[in-house]
Amino acid sequence: MAERSFAKEVEKLRIGSGEEFAGEGILAVTKALLQSGISYVGGYQGSPISHLLDVLADAQEIMGELGIRFEASASEASAAAMLAASVNYPLRGAVAWKSVVGTNVASDALSNVASGGVTGGAMIIVGEDYGEGSSIMQERTHAFAMKSQIWLLDPRPNLPSIVNMVEKGFELSEASNTPVMLELRVRSCHLYGRFEAKDNVRPAFGLKDAMEHPHRDTDRIVLPPANFLHEREKIAQRWPAAVKFIRENRLNEFLGGHTGDCGIIVQGGMYNNLIRALELVGLANSFGETEIPIYVLNVTYPLIDSEVVGFCADKKAVFLIEEGQPEFIEHSLNTILRRADLQTRLVGKETLPLAGEYTGKVISDGLARFLREHAPAFAAKANLPDQNIGANQIPLADVVPARPSGFCTGCPERPIFTAMKLVEKEIGEFHVSGDIGCHIFSILPPFNLGNTTMGYGLGMAGASAFQADASQRTVSVMGDGGFWHNGLTSGVGHAVFNRNDGVTILVDNGYSAATGGQDILSSRATNRTRTTKHPMENAIRGVGGEWVRTVRSYDLDAMTRTLTEAMTTDFKGPKIIIAESECMLNKQRRVKPLFNKAVKAGERVVKERFGVDADTCSGDHSCIRLSGCPTLTLKDNPDPLRDDPIVQVLDDCVGCGHCGETAHAAVLCPSFYRADMVFNPSRWDRLRQRLRDSVIGFFQARAARRRAQFAF
Amino acid sequence: MAQDAARPLNIAIMALGGQGGGVMADWTVRAGELAGFRAQLTSVQGVAQRTGATIYYVELFPETAIAAKGKEPVLALMPVPGDVDVVVASELMEAGRAIMRGFVTPERTILIGSTHRVYAIAEKIAMSDGRADGGAVAESAQARAKRWIGFDMDQTAREGGSVISAAMFGALAGSGALPIPREVFEQVIRESGFAIEPNLRTFALAYNRARDGHPSSAAAAPAEPAALPVPPAVTPLVARIAAELPFIAREFATEGLRRTIDYQDLAYGALYLDRLRAVAEWDAAAGGSGKRHELVREAARHLALWMTFEDTNRVAELKTRGSRFERFRSEINAAPDQIVAVTEFMHPRLEEVADSLPPALGQWVSRQRWLGRFFAKGRQVRTSSLRGYAMLRLLAAGARWRRSTIRYARENAAIEAWLERVRACAASDYAAAVELLRCQKLVRGYSDTHARGSANFARIMAAYDARQGKTGLAPLLRRLRDAALADEKGAKLTEMLEEAA
Repeated sequence: MAERSFAKEVEKLRIGSGEEFAGEGILAVTKALLQSGISYVGGYQGSPISHLLDVLADAQEIMGELGIRFEASASEASAAAMLAASVNYPLRGAVAWKSVVGTNVASDALSNVASGGVTGGAMIIVGEDYGEGSSIMQERTHAFAMKSQIWLLDPRPNLPSIVNMVEKGFELSEASNTPVMLELRVRSCHLYGRFEAKDNVRPAFGLKDAMEHPHRDTDRIVLPPANFLHEREKIAQRWPAAVKFIRENRLNEFLGGHTGDCGIIVQGGMYNNLIRALELVGLANSFGETEIPIYVLNVTYPLIDSEVVGFCADKKAVFLIEEGQPEFIEHSLNTILRRADLQTRLVGKETLPLAGEYTGKVISDGLARFLREHAPAFAAKANLPDQNIGANQIPLADVVPARPSGFCTGCPERPIFTAMKLVEKEIGEFHVSGDIGCHIFSILPPFNLGNTTMGYGLGMAGASAFQADASQRTVSVMGDGGFWHNGLTSGVGHAVFNRNDGVTILVDNGYSAATGGQDILSSRATNRTRTTKHPMENAIRGVGGEWVRTVRSYDLDAMTRTLTEAMTTDFKGPKIIIAESECMLNKQRRVKPLFNKAVKAGERVVKERFGVDADTCSGDHSCIRLSGCPTLTLKDNPDPLRDDPIVQVLDDCVGCGHCGETAHAAVLCPSFYRADMVFNPSRWDRLRQRLRDSVIGFFQARAARRRAQFAF
Repeated sequence: MAQDAARPLNIAIMALGGQGGGVMADWTVRAGELAGFRAQLTSVQGVAQRTGATIYYVELFPETAIAAKGKEPVLALMPVPGDVDVVVASELMEAGRAIMRGFVTPERTILIGSTHRVYAIAEKIAMSDGRADGGAVAESAQARAKRWIGFDMDQTAREGGSVISAAMFGALAGSGALPIPREVFEQVIRESGFAIEPNLRTFALAYNRARDGHPSSAAAAPAEPAALPVPPAVTPLVARIAAELPFIAREFATEGLRRTIDYQDLAYGALYLDRLRAVAEWDAAAGGSGKRHELVREAARHLALWMTFEDTNRVAELKTRGSRFERFRSEINAAPDQIVAVTEFMHPRLEEVADSLPPALGQWVSRQRWLGRFFAKGRQVRTSSLRGYAMLRLLAAGARWRRSTIRYARENAAIEAWLERVRACAASDYAAAVELLRCQKLVRGYSDTHARGSANFARIMAAYDARQGKTGLAPLLRRLRDAALADEKGAKLTEMLEEAA
């Protein structure tokens, strides 16, 4: 079960023509897919697109009614390969993933499908994880679109535009026999808004039809000589067909005024923030009405030469807002202007920063510079900010602390890294090859463990060079998500085959946790539509892994011992420790309602939680440095003689016990205690408690009386 | 083109992962829609949700203006500095972050923030006090916002029996920043159908606090425990404080006396006062009155802390007190009649056991390596059970023989050596003597923490001994002490010592 359930929201997907749909961007895209008559859909989760996969998983019943097949793809490569269904048949389909990382993984299949071309509309929905909140390398998906010749759609960020572009995108794909990419930026994925719905469409030609009437065309297969044909076809037929479709259907928009000697060209996704910037200087109103001509590129690849030339011909200067680098659009526009021999000055990255997200502030600043330097007529009408503003020091910059992401309260991955720190103290530091997943937070404080991360499932492969005869082994980390994504082959199989000698910690928390808790092959949960409960250990042994140990991750003592053993054993070959314990976020979601129900039903249940004794806390905070649990925090020292804050455990403690285990294993201090709170106690509980109260109470009272003789 | 009168109301919600910022944002959207606005919400989710800071951004645009124009408004996807009407922050530093990012401008922005703190990891991992300056944020909020409404919404939520998102929602409503009546906000909570009563209660509390412009909810200061009458047995010792010590040191000295007696006995309290009297004499000889008797004051504090070093007997005694039982029950919010078992996580090592024995026996025990395996693992002691309580109580009773233990002998010698350094230094370099006293701060905790602190203390004392009589000792000692608290491995201290050498 995913972290967020859309079971309620997906009901909205049933609404029909004329009704208003209100919801998140992700849901709107799903609705648009249903309105477009797709036959299949798949993808791999990852922010900002995770929720799309969650929505699809929750909407399987509705999709089933329409004859749509949903695949929870094993990786982006699997998802991209699924588009093969559109090559021979008039089947529409869509796949989705986090980009640019997912596109990297998918690129082999993408190149193939783009080369042979498609018959049915094929759409790739990419969540462009760029800018604030991103967790990956900052690159553009644009490059992939260009290199494989896949059309790139970048609609204005409002739900009607996005929905329209999904529908038109399929038509464009079919008109030009080319797959298309829909680029959704982080905020568009989580954009709440409204649009007018249409009826869902059941495809006239379905998957069943294709399977029962297979059709083959060797010209669509990437093998000589067809592969050479494909390249020529791309240029001679598909590109012109796309240009024609885009122009005729006015996918790009000419907004704003029609006169004046300057204008603005903007990626669709940047449009709203551009309008806000214009509004703030008084050159537009809230409805986007402005005198400045604006050419909106809802399709950012390919560019339409004739539209560009037409827009620029009567202008001295044109301002281009293109987020990310390299500035592919700027290069292309300059080429178009050159070829048309137009003298229009294109002003792009010379006023806007080369790198980084184009926030409202960045666009505002760039716009002001453009107006001042190239558009005096508009600048005169505008209420431009004082140029010196921004020279001010940033207030509070040295006060407000950063808040790096970290492990959740009670996270079962925390003890793994505590164990690593403890082992490091004994046997010395070692190289740690990280992976992608929540466990990568180990790189940040308080653990500061991990040297590199080369990609999802590549933790083991990232350590593969370190096979010298050295006195210290290398540790790599991999999650269960990464393991099934590709780590089983790229990591385990590789290490067995190459007789690698490293140590690997495989985090088995039962979900693809970092992306929102989706089920995977080794999940313990029962899934209605997928099969689960396939242990990783079977797979490892199946590819020849011999040294495999499974440890409950919260058992810090066992974790530490097993890791030490792996680091020091004479065994040559990959040593894999499966650290298992359920993702706490998901566990709590599962267990909490059950617990509350039991309390209500009068059943005897015990809630465990931890605390710190103020009397014995030394204020050294070693426990935080070895654990970093969010519920472990500071409070003023109640001791008037000391001033360093002491540690306390907050109410949201889930009783995982790691702080107590750490205090034990690291021999910290006797301050941690566990409280077992009994709800609905049994008669025996009460009887025993009365006995304890009377005996302990007697001695406590006596001791208190003795102390009172000297207390003042 | 002239700006139309119609423009959106822009609301930025600054929250931490898991605080319900998303719920608060959804509610705000719904309230806006019910009150006749077109609402747009954007957010950045993903890894930020895992304990990081995240922004939810809402724009509300009047439907009447849309109808009048017959055209859809173009709404922005992220807050632009200078263009934010309301910022609601779930925590003090997040209010600070809004200011830092320029979202708060005096012409326009009403800043509503909870004044409680959720400490960031960098603040928490410091070996002493790494907490950020909350006062600077409050000051800045006052100066930069059109209006600053700050109170402890975490506390408010607790009072109302709900979570902070409900308090933030109440504060937004109570601030009057949005032209939306209270009933609409309450309707949204009812519609949500979840924990309605506690949410409404919390909403109402926060509403009133925001509306009445509480500068900050003055969290009821804990009532000073009424001073107990001084029992006759202690009277002579208490009288000595006023007779022998300068006024400025008396508060610490009283606390120190209280603690040393509680730790051992009256004689131990007298020993504490004897030592303080000696310090007061050195202070007087060194012209301490012109230096606000800092030497005595610091000695009163650090001497008491050192003399009440925490050995196994002391820990056992503290763990078994009745008052401690009451305290943990309140810490975990146990119901008055709830049965609660408490289990301690202790890890006494062979060293600690040997330390609590007389020298001859202790030394013999510490040589018996085979005994070590009985102490290799931590122990869980259930203090609330008869057996666990009896065990700790017996251990606590051992305090009676404390003066004959190895640990006592060692600590006592160290204290005397330390005081001797202070004496020798005070006459020539008063400031350095004060810093010597403050170095006691490093010697604290148990086991490894204690060993690390003691080793650092020893290194600093050695460095001091090597430079006795030189100038600039006080700042050097201060720097070394800070360096010892900079990292666990002592790297900074080593670096500073090498630099000073």
